[in-house]
Parts: sequence; C-alpha cells; structure tokens
Amino acid sequence: MKKAITISGLHKSFGPTHALTGLDLDVEAGEVHGFLGPNGAGKSTTIRVLLGLLRADSGGVQLLGRDPWKDAVELHRRLAYVPGDVELWPGLTGGEAIDLLAKLRGGLDRRRRDDLVERFDLDPLKKGRAYSKGNRQKVAIVAALASDAELLLLDEPTAGLDPLMEVVFQDVILQAKEAGKTVLLSSHILAQVEKLCDRVSIVRRGRTVQSGTLGEMRHLTRTTVEAETERPVTGLDALPGVHALRATDLRVHFAVDGAHLDAAIRRLGEFGIRSLTSHPPTLEELMLRHYGDELASSATSEGAAR
Amino acid sequence: MTGVATPLDAPGRSTPARIQPAAFTGTGTLLRFNLRRDRVRGSVWLLALTLGTLATAAEYKTLYSTPEDRAAAVSSMDSPAALAMTGPRHYLSDYTEGAMLGHQMLGFMAVLVGLMSVLTVTRHTRDEEETGRAELVRSTVVGHHAHLAAALAVAVVANLGLALLLALGLTATGIDGTGPGGALLYGLAHAAIGLVFAGAAAITAQITAHTRGASGLALATIGVAYVLRASGDVGNDALSWFSPIGWIQRTYVFVDDRWWPLALCLLLAAATASYGFVLSTRRDVGAGLRPARLGRRTASDALTRPLGFALRLHRATLLGFAAGLCLMGVMYGSILGEAADMVKSIEQLQEALKDIGGATVAESFASMVMVVVAVVAAVYVVMAALRPRAEENAGRAEPLLATGLSRSGWLGSHIAVALTGGTVLLLLAGLGFGVSGAASAGDGSLVLELTLAAAAYAPALWVTVGVAVLLFGWFPKAGAVAWIVPVYAFLVGYLGPILRLPDGLTNLSPFGHVPRLPAAPMAWTPLLALTAVAAGLIALGLAGFRRRDLDTK
Repeated sequence: MKKAITISGLHKSFGPTHALTGLDLDVEAGEVHGFLGPNGAGKSTTIRVLLGLLRADSGGVQLLGRDPWKDAVELHRRLAYVPGDVELWPGLTGGEAIDLLAKLRGGLDRRRRDDLVERFDLDPLKKGRAYSKGNRQKVAIVAALASDAELLLLDEPTAGLDPLMEVVFQDVILQAKEAGKTVLLSSHILAQVEKLCDRVSIVRRGRTVQSGTLGEMRHLTRTTVEAETERPVTGLDALPGVHALRATDLRVHFAVDGAHLDAAIRRLGEFGIRSLTSHPPTLEELMLRHYGDELASSATSEGAAR
Repeated sequence: MTGVATPLDAPGRSTPARIQPAAFTGTGTLLRFNLRRDRVRGSVWLLALTLGTLATAAEYKTLYSTPEDRAAAVSSMDSPAALAMTGPRHYLSDYTEGAMLGHQMLGFMAVLVGLMSVLTVTRHTRDEEETGRAELVRSTVVGHHAHLAAALAVAVVANLGLALLLALGLTATGIDGTGPGGALLYGLAHAAIGLVFAGAAAITAQITAHTRGASGLALATIGVAYVLRASGDVGNDALSWFSPIGWIQRTYVFVDDRWWPLALCLLLAAATASYGFVLSTRRDVGAGLRPARLGRRTASDALTRPLGFALRLHRATLLGFAAGLCLMGVMYGSILGEAADMVKSIEQLQEALKDIGGATVAESFASMVMVVVAVVAAVYVVMAALRPRAEENAGRAEPLLATGLSRSGWLGSHIAVALTGGTVLLLLAGLGFGVSGAASAGDGSLVLELTLAAAAYAPALWVTVGVAVLLFGWFPKAGAVAWIVPVYAFLVGYLGPILRLPDGLTNLSPFGHVPRLPAAPMAWTPLLALTAVAAGLIALGLAGFRRRDLDTK
C-alpha cells in the first residue's frame, strides 16, 4: 500500500530542549492513524515538521512522497490542518475565517461548508473574539473539512468540544475515511482513538515506543477476566501469564496475557462457570503499561515486570 | 450595558461619588505587582528621559556660554518653523540656558512622557483584559475598580519619580538660570502632563476592547494637543490654551516660574480619570463600550486573497493614521500663511534666511513639518511591518501557513501593505498640508509642491520597512529593535538642529538622506539609493523567513 507519511529517525531540538529524539512514523494512504502520547511527547512538533513550519534537524521525512520543508506550499494544497490551540482573528467572523482558510488551501465546497456549519451548530456571524475555545475549534474543523484535502492532520482537534460535538466529529471523520482520505489524529482521548483509528503509534519523550493495529497491540497485553464458579478455583496462579489474581470464595478476578488466555479459561471451566465477564485491554491500560513506570503505585502496573 | 453588574456595582452609573470602597479592594496588591512587572521597563523610561534632559542641558552650557551665542539662539529660534517645533515666544525674552530648556524641551518631552503614561495605563488595564488575565485576577478578592486604580497609581509613581529625578538632576548640574524652585517646577510639569495623558488613557481603555485601539486613541490626543500648541505658538495664542501641552509650556519655567498652570493639568487629569472609572461601570469585563456586533456570514472575495486579507488586518490602524496625518497636515498648513507674514514683520529673519540658502521662511517651515510628518508615518510603517510578528506570536500565522499560502506570499502581502500604506500616508499629509497651506498663503502651486515634498520621504519609509522585515526574517525575537529607526529619526530631526549635531549622526538615519524639500533642491541620487537599500533589506528578510522555524505556541 502507498505510504502517506514516512518518518524515520526524526530529531528536532529547540535550543537545549530535545523535542524529538529519533521519532518514527508510518501512515498508510487511506487509513486513520492514531498518534498517541502524553503532553510534551512531541506530537505537535512532529505535525509542524510535517507542515514545513519547523525544519527537521535530522532524519527522513516524506509527506505524500515529497519533502514537507521544500514542497510545503504544493503539499499544503493537498492537506488540511486543525491545530490543537486555535487562534482566530478578533475582527473576523467565524464564517469569514472558514472561507479564508479553505480558499487559501485551494478551494471551498460551499454546500459542504454550510452543511458542516449546521452539523457543528456553529454561529458563523460572531466575531473571532466572541467565540469560546470549543467554537474556535469548530471553526478550524469546518475549514479543514470543507476543502477537498486528501490528507487531514488533526492535532488534538476535539480538545474543547462537548460530548455531543465529539460524536458529530467522529461521524465526520468516518465519512472522510470512507471517502478515501488519510487522517493523522493526534490525541490523548483514548476512546476517540479506539473508535476511529485503524492503527496507532504511541510516542513518548520524542520517540515512538510502539506502533501497530489495535489488535496487534492487544495481543501484547492482557485481558481482564472476572468469573463466578460453582467450586472455589485452585491452581490458577500456577499458570503462566496470569497476573493480579484475586480470589474470594467463589469469585475470581485476574488479568491474563493474550497468549495464555485459552489455557486460563480451560482451567476455569473445570470448576463450573456460573458467570463470566471479560474485557479486552483498553487503551488506558496500553498507555499505562508504557507510562506505568512514571506512576509510583498503580494497580495496573503491579505485574508489569515483563 | 452593565451586563453582569451586581447591585453593588450599579450605582456608579449616575453617582460616581457613591462608588464603594470595596470596589477598590486589592488595589495595593495589584500596584505592587504592577511595579514589579514594570521594574525594568519603567526604570529604562525614567533613566532615558532624565539622562536625555541632563545631556541636553549640558550641551546648552557648551553651545551657548556667551551672551552673543544666546542672542544668536534667540534669532534662530524666532521663526515660525522653530516656534512650531518648540514653544511659546515669551521664553525668548530672557533666553538663559534654563529658559532654553523650558522652551525647547518641554513640548518634546511632553510627547514622550505622554507616551510612557498612555502605554503604562493601557498595559495594566485593557491589555490585561484582552489577554484574559484580568478575568483570572478579578475572580479573586479584587474590586471592580482595582485594575484601573492600580494602573493609574503606577502612572503616578512613574511620573512623580521622573519629576524628582529631573529636579534633583537639574539642581545638581546647576546650569545658568535654573534654581531649585525652577528645577522642581520643571520636573513637576512633566509629571502633570504625564498624568493628563494617563487620564486620557483611562477613558480610551474603556471605549474599545483592544489594547491597540485604546493606545492609539490616547496617542491621538497627544498628537492633537501637540499640533494645537504648535499652531497656537506660531499664530493665535488662544489655540495653545486648548492644549494641556500649551499649559505646561505657559509655566514659563526658568523665566517666570508660574505654578498655577499645573493645577489646570491636575484638574483635567482628575476629571478624565474619574470619568474613566464611571465608564468602566457601564461595560462588561473584556468588552468595550459598544456591544459586539455580528458580522458577515461568508468572506468577501477580496478577503480570501492574501493581499485583501492583509489589508483587512491593517485597515483600522491605517485609517486612524490617515485621518491623523491628514488633520496634522491641514492644521500646519493653516498657519503657513501666518508664517509667511511673519517674515515681513521681523527684520532679523531676513538675516537668518541667508543661512538657509535662499529658501523662504514658509519653505523652511514647510520642510520642518515634513520631518514630523515623515516620523509619524514611520511609526505607522514599523507597526505595520511588525504585524506579521504579532500574528506569528499569537499563533494566527500557523493555520494560514498550513494552507496553500507560501511564506513569501504571506509576509509579502504584509510588506506590500506597509510600503503602500506608508506612501499613501505621506501623500495624504502632504496633500492636506498643501491644500490648506495654499489657502492660507494664497498660493495654489503649493498643493503640488508640498505633496511631492512629502512623497520624497517614501524611500526612507521603505528602508524602515526593510529594517523591520530583516529583523523579522533573521532575528524575530528582536523585532522591536526596528522602533529605533523612527525614534532615532525623531531625535536627530528634532534635536539635530538645536544641538547642532554633526552630519555623521544625521546620516545614520535613512531620513537624514532625504532632501529637505521645499527648502532644499530635489536630489534623486539619495532617493534611488534608499530605494535600492530597501529592496535589498526586504529581499534578505524574506530569504531569512523562508529559512527559519515558525515560532509556535
């Protein structure tokens, strides 16, 4: 498949601060790629390098097959960007700002613009000064989606949106995906990434720590199991891959590595299962395993000796 | 529109006397905080103003040590051009070194002290509101009027500090004609005029929701006051009495030492400041007096083009400067006729004329006005050329540069507005000056002559733009250094003739190379050279900007 974004070994420093220290990122054309990491991990810096706003110190960066620094303007005609912190011109209305940004990008689909304004419940008549953070965000989102870009670079685009608008946003992004667009979605809202993204890259302190589909990543982690049995369960703790076992009378609660799930459930079956709930690892757990060492005492990181 | 005002705040509307003490809660804390924030900026202002005065006083001592020198100074000062730039003629009756200081420096210093006071007040009031910091502070135990009260208190501290420094400094230098009483009066005259313009800023900070607008309006009052006193001092004395700058000049410090004009200033300052407090109760925090209006649903075609968009951002400032400069031209033009008449009544001037090399008094007056016009236009040009930096800092350049708009296209559109805007300002000021000058002097040819004389400064403005662009491209954090160009041009243009500065110093300023039309003949070579320098600086700045990282939030 064609790559929309290829980054390898990207370094970027601001004076003594090392923002990116060897970051890698691959985004396939047509996928929605989640770009996850805590504040200050280097997500925004990476996106700004992709936009040609910052110049890479070293490392290879290709955007739609071209150099984002040298071919910035031509690339910008093919992409749309939503910054995490949207600043608008105090004297311009939201409607004017949308038109300005979309037309400078190379075109505006007026019907889609009006449709988006309505769906996001945005009042385009107000001056930039009068908008709340969420409404400023909507202006940038509408401007980005109203032009016909093949690549969307979204830097925590929904930071100020309410839950209803969050749903509209997810809807709109899925539509864009169906239309064959590529989306790089930086976020720390995990539920959003889980719903929208095909693949995920997790960055931390300026480098990529993990990359892959959610399925692949889940395989690497543990499923949480809670069960009620007819007889007290024994011998579970002797099985490989079982962690954080808590048993009280007829109830057990444990986490098990993906590779050993089958064995654990078989064992459980021997004691007569009355009820069973299991849930796949959430991205919270994925993230906590990567950042867990920073959290002094966290239940989830207890057995993270691996 | 009181909006969220509680009953506690509401009475302020009709009876400001009933403003409750609680409304001032926290003023002391804010004052200390503001003084701390201003400790570097304020010290620089006070030291620069004091040292500038003392240096000038010392210079007088060497330049005008003998009675003959002073008599020569009187005759060179007794022309409309010189009086328009300095102060009322009465000072010339006893032109000691002290009187020179009062005559030549008070009007000029009034503008600088006014600038300091206006910027201080708007920085601590409207700027705090515009950035949203005031909201955070006001959510604590801080009264409705505390911000304005603390801002004015900073202005009082700064102005009194300046008065004290000047009084002590001048007493210590002990130049001829300055006694301790006079020195104190001289210092307090600065404080008085500073407080008048602080009061003006207290009102303008309530009117508009933007710091730029609030400062601009208050600075315009300084401009009007200056032009009024200039017109009054050349022509009809009554006009000067409409200007607070005229008032402090009529203390006739070191000549008559009159104290009562300071009382006029204090009354005006108290009245304007109180009105500021009253106005502040009629609006919401963060808002101006006018309720926000709705705008257009879609962008016009022009707005979505880079140049149209840049023009939109610069529109308000450009219109303000256009109105101000046009008015300034018209007012100076209206006294051009009187300036021409003066030559007939004053014998000595005939002598002075020979020095200027054949130019008439009206012509030398006109070329003096051109310097002032050019410096004001240069202030606009620097503001306009630094606008891209402001946009970049505010995070508003980032989304634009992520579109199909190239860096050169974005910066270039701002440069184009600065270049043409500055040129249009010169033409407007020249035209206003020419038309009203032609009417007052009864000479129709002045319209074209004076318009072209103003236009001759355009290449110097372009160099100013070039300096700002160069800084923006290569040293963006030092963009404000570009202000040196108009400030230096003003100092050299204003003080150069008075202090007889060597040509080398004048030539450092791009404005020093412009032929002083209409008094001097036209010279194309320096204008072409300036244009070439401007083009080079701009090209270099653009290249630098294409090469550097964008500063992001």
